[in-house]
Amino acid sequence: MRIPLSWLREFAAVPAGATAEDVMEDLVKVGFEEEAVHRPTDTLQGPVVVGQVLSLVKEPQTNGKTINWCQVRVVPEGKEQTLTGEGIDPSGVQGIICGAHNFVEGDKVVVTLPGAVLPGDFRISARKTYGHLSAGMIASVRELGIGEDHDGILVLSRIGLDPEIGTDAMELLGLYDQAAEINVTPDRGYAFSIRGVAREYAHATGTAFTDPASRVQAPAELSGGYGVKLNDDAPIYGKAGCDRFVARTVRGVDATRPTPPWMVSRLRLAGIRSISLPVDISNYVMLELGQPTHCYDLDTLSGDIVVRRAAAGEKITTLDGKERTLDAEDLLITDDSGAIGIAGVMGGAATEVSDSTSNILVEAAHFDDVSIGRSRRRHKLPSEASKRFERGVDWQVAGIAAQRVVDLLVELAGGTADETGTDVGAAPDTVTIELPAGFAAERIGIDFTEDQITTSLEDLGAAVVKNDAGWTVTPPSWRSDLETKEDLTEEIARLVGYDKIPATLPVAPPGRGLTRVQQQRRRLIQALADAGLTEVLSYPFVSKAANDTFGVAKEGGARAALKLANPISEEHGYLRTSILPGLVEVAKRNHSRGFRDLALFESGLVFLPEGTLGTAAIPPLGARPADEVLDGLYDGVPNQPFHIAAVFTGHDSPAAAAHTPRAWDWADALDVARLAGDVLGVDLVVSQGSHQAFHPGRTARLALRTGETVGYAGELHPKLLAAADMPARSVALELDADALFEAAPDVIVARHISTFPVATQDVALVVPADVPADDVLAALREGAGELLEDVALFDVYAGKGIEDGKKSLAFGLRFRAADRTLTADEASAAREAAVALAAERFGAVQR
Amino acid sequence: MTETLPGAAIPNPTDEAAINAAVDQAITAIAGAATLDELKAVRLAHSGEKSPLSLANREIGRLPKDQKALAGKLMGASRGRVNKALAERAEVLEAENDARILVEETVDVTAAPRRRRAGARHPLSTLQDRVADIFVGMGWEIAEGPEVESEWFNFDALNFKPDHPAREMQDTFFVEPPEAHLLMRTHTSPVQVRSMLEREVPIYVLCPGKVFRTDELDATHTPVFHQFEGLAIDKGLSMADLLGTLEHFTRQMFGEEAKVRLRPNYFPFTEPSAELDIFHPGAKGGPRWIEWGGCGMVNPNVLRAAGIDPDVYSGFAFGMGIERALMFRNEVADMHDMIEGDVRFSEHFGMEI
Repeated sequence: MRIPLSWLREFAAVPAGATAEDVMEDLVKVGFEEEAVHRPTDTLQGPVVVGQVLSLVKEPQTNGKTINWCQVRVVPEGKEQTLTGEGIDPSGVQGIICGAHNFVEGDKVVVTLPGAVLPGDFRISARKTYGHLSAGMIASVRELGIGEDHDGILVLSRIGLDPEIGTDAMELLGLYDQAAEINVTPDRGYAFSIRGVAREYAHATGTAFTDPASRVQAPAELSGGYGVKLNDDAPIYGKAGCDRFVARTVRGVDATRPTPPWMVSRLRLAGIRSISLPVDISNYVMLELGQPTHCYDLDTLSGDIVVRRAAAGEKITTLDGKERTLDAEDLLITDDSGAIGIAGVMGGAATEVSDSTSNILVEAAHFDDVSIGRSRRRHKLPSEASKRFERGVDWQVAGIAAQRVVDLLVELAGGTADETGTDVGAAPDTVTIELPAGFAAERIGIDFTEDQITTSLEDLGAAVVKNDAGWTVTPPSWRSDLETKEDLTEEIARLVGYDKIPATLPVAPPGRGLTRVQQQRRRLIQALADAGLTEVLSYPFVSKAANDTFGVAKEGGARAALKLANPISEEHGYLRTSILPGLVEVAKRNHSRGFRDLALFESGLVFLPEGTLGTAAIPPLGARPADEVLDGLYDGVPNQPFHIAAVFTGHDSPAAAAHTPRAWDWADALDVARLAGDVLGVDLVVSQGSHQAFHPGRTARLALRTGETVGYAGELHPKLLAAADMPARSVALELDADALFEAAPDVIVARHISTFPVATQDVALVVPADVPADDVLAALREGAGELLEDVALFDVYAGKGIEDGKKSLAFGLRFRAADRTLTADEASAAREAAVALAAERFGAVQR
Repeated sequence: MTETLPGAAIPNPTDEAAINAAVDQAITAIAGAATLDELKAVRLAHSGEKSPLSLANREIGRLPKDQKALAGKLMGASRGRVNKALAERAEVLEAENDARILVEETVDVTAAPRRRRAGARHPLSTLQDRVADIFVGMGWEIAEGPEVESEWFNFDALNFKPDHPAREMQDTFFVEPPEAHLLMRTHTSPVQVRSMLEREVPIYVLCPGKVFRTDELDATHTPVFHQFEGLAIDKGLSMADLLGTLEHFTRQMFGEEAKVRLRPNYFPFTEPSAELDIFHPGAKGGPRWIEWGGCGMVNPNVLRAAGIDPDVYSGFAFGMGIERALMFRNEVADMHDMIEGDVRFSEHFGMEI
């Protein structure tokens, strides 16, 4: 909402020198955030004066254009030019070249004199052009920054002005005014008006306030006016779509009269373009009182006005010239011809006021906020009217607003008001709120005095009655947002001042610290960072193709993914089922910026819908749903496990003098995956894996001891890397971290540490080439028995000396007993037992 | 070495002057040995088997008995002097040699390669941990929830009326199909609702996490961002308690000079509601007030939705943005830096914030 200061001053005591910034500083205290300042003088500086064109000589130019060489009087005849400066002619007559042709000798125009600055830092000076010294400019509204029209210069008579020559044109056009733009929260519909903001300004500053509504003399009752019927046969939530309709008639208006500059200026500062006098008056009253009104060309109406719901498929052409198909829920203003307006949203084209209109029907109605909001959304027609109706308009102000429009039409458009009028509808039930004594004090922490409470509420316009239990409060008609004792408590605190609230620190009951999973998550993230990986974040919005590529496939095809109804880009219209697509994008972005050696990781939720999605119905607000309804809500929320993933490209370290970096390979991905298991105390079982995003021969499947797959690690598929323009041999991993957290042991039982000497033995085994080394190692461990402390694979060899189709695996075995020094024979016997089991399982032969 | 002339005359072991001359000759040679190799040759020449002193010593056996003792004493002392000189010189030369090797092994430490990658945390994640730790220190619990939520948890349970403009102002991402009533949470408040449903009062929880709004990415907006919201439900909680909690937190976060200011505002889920400004003493360009979030006393309808009796309990709630904190605390000027994943951004922070 933009508040022109001159307008605010009519109703609130704003200090003479106050700026828009000062006003905003006061309004923020009562809850209106500052948005912007609109001040023409920030970009426009004088001298800008009224001049009269004394003579105009048309001079054709070689380029085909004709320019006007004008003599313009800028000081009344017989008076002295008091301005001085380069280019100011002491005679009071300026020679000015002008390219526009919409004026004649004798016209009064706006002259920007040398020294003036126009919007866009356009500095006016005397300059030689077309063979003359042009000392100033005759301005158009666009050059002055007050309109779009650039077809010609501003001729003052055409906006109804005949000022004295030399008058300050900025004053004349209201350009010394300024507006404060504030943000109005959606509960405070009343503040979309000068009336509401002036009242709030008075609250904020403690100064006097005059209600603009109180200055309008509206008849207490109206009758005999245009026929209006309210026929809502399908109220929403049982609330009538229209509960008041005031209609007034003004005859014999001249709709072509110019809108006075003061009104144009205020509308412009408020952000509304001047259209025609009747429309401007309607908008002006809306801004002043918060009540949207509408002017119909009375002579285009036929029969009674009926406010009713639309018939499905009914059509209307709205003011913007568009034909719209209506929904059965739309509330309409109709006459015998059919729909003449979507109530509270936009009027119809057929009945709109035009230049030839002489008789006007003024509508000031009160519509249901929900109904208006739905029509506005349905037709995507946000308007100044719908904005106010959706947020609540004062039921009482309709008749006053209609009268104000009538008064202005009479005063400015030369009309005559009918004595008769229409006012139908029923006032809403009066709301009263019980505010128990002590409630506000307890809720805010300020020991409010009775006087503070009474005065605050009365200042709002509420009727307050003190009783034994507290106060009975009737909020004013414009505060439909006040419904509960909490609402009143906020108002009291707001008016007394939030800055009066003391600070006390409540003590929470003894806590438990981070939960196990929270600690595990932190440890996992920190471990990867400590291992040299860089944490990044990416958006969870991905393409269908990315999900199909990177998601873990379900049996029988790609896994289901969630699709957004309104994504930012259709291309990325799905929610990720894997973190890798985002990481690959991040890697590519880093490549494009010259960083090719990367080790990136990200953790976060992935979205894996299964079974029922959501719930068909949503329980109402303000009550706890029944257990089974709650269970339905919980169950309908899709599975969203926490994953961690990493991508490696290029080398493990930067190339440097005396240092050869190592290229990342599949084993690095696997290593980091195992590290993730290690830091959580989870034993990961590695086996050859298969995943469409990975190299078919270089993929490790990672599983828990239970056999449950928890992720993959290895080299990304060469085709995928080529298609994504990623370096060959880039590697990656992804783990279902939630599954790891779940599998982590609750308690780790200590092992006995033997201090007896160690006995080491090496063994080389020849096995078929396709036997996984880890399986042989497991057999050795099992066969060696409890004397074996550790076993590690230290060499893999195939080639000369080894039969084709076989390989040699060399293991180091470390034996130690808990209670004695092992003899060489004991160690050898254990080793032989280990080899025997490997031989039995895989045909392993000792070399 | 030139002093040890082969075939030189063997000095008489009783001729003290001749023996001393040989000793002097040896000592001069020892002192002149510049390297361990030279000293080795000197040793051979002046104390080796063929050296004059050794040969003279061997002559003692041939002397008359009465001269043997005197000659033995002279030769013993003389050879002792030579051996001592040799040992001393060897020690000096060995020390010199050791020192030279170390000098020769000198490297340019400034040319050392970085062999290990220094990993890095994303500062949003580090800052989120920091915030959580402060509240955990106050005895609060950390609560989390899903990012795709039921509409009821995100809106209705939080007293957003179905047709109220406030609901639209949340710029919500909806999940298909619309009749499933699923959406990307627009705030972490649904976690508050879940917390209230799942826990016993009193409740003191902090709900950090990702939230989603249909804003296009620009310097100050992003469709995915991070929030932390706090919720306290207890008997007799007031707005003063809210202010005190926020004050304590901001002082831990921004220093003892930090202050909190509340301004009236509107949220469907709180009444009274307030906008929260913090006075940041370390702000770029000098200490100033910065808008940071919203807060207020939990609306009774929200308590009712969670089955908590608003006549017995009251509560307060607040919510702040992590990205915004990173912008004013760490002077991140552009949102793009936080979400693009450029390694320079995270690596600049390392593990710190």
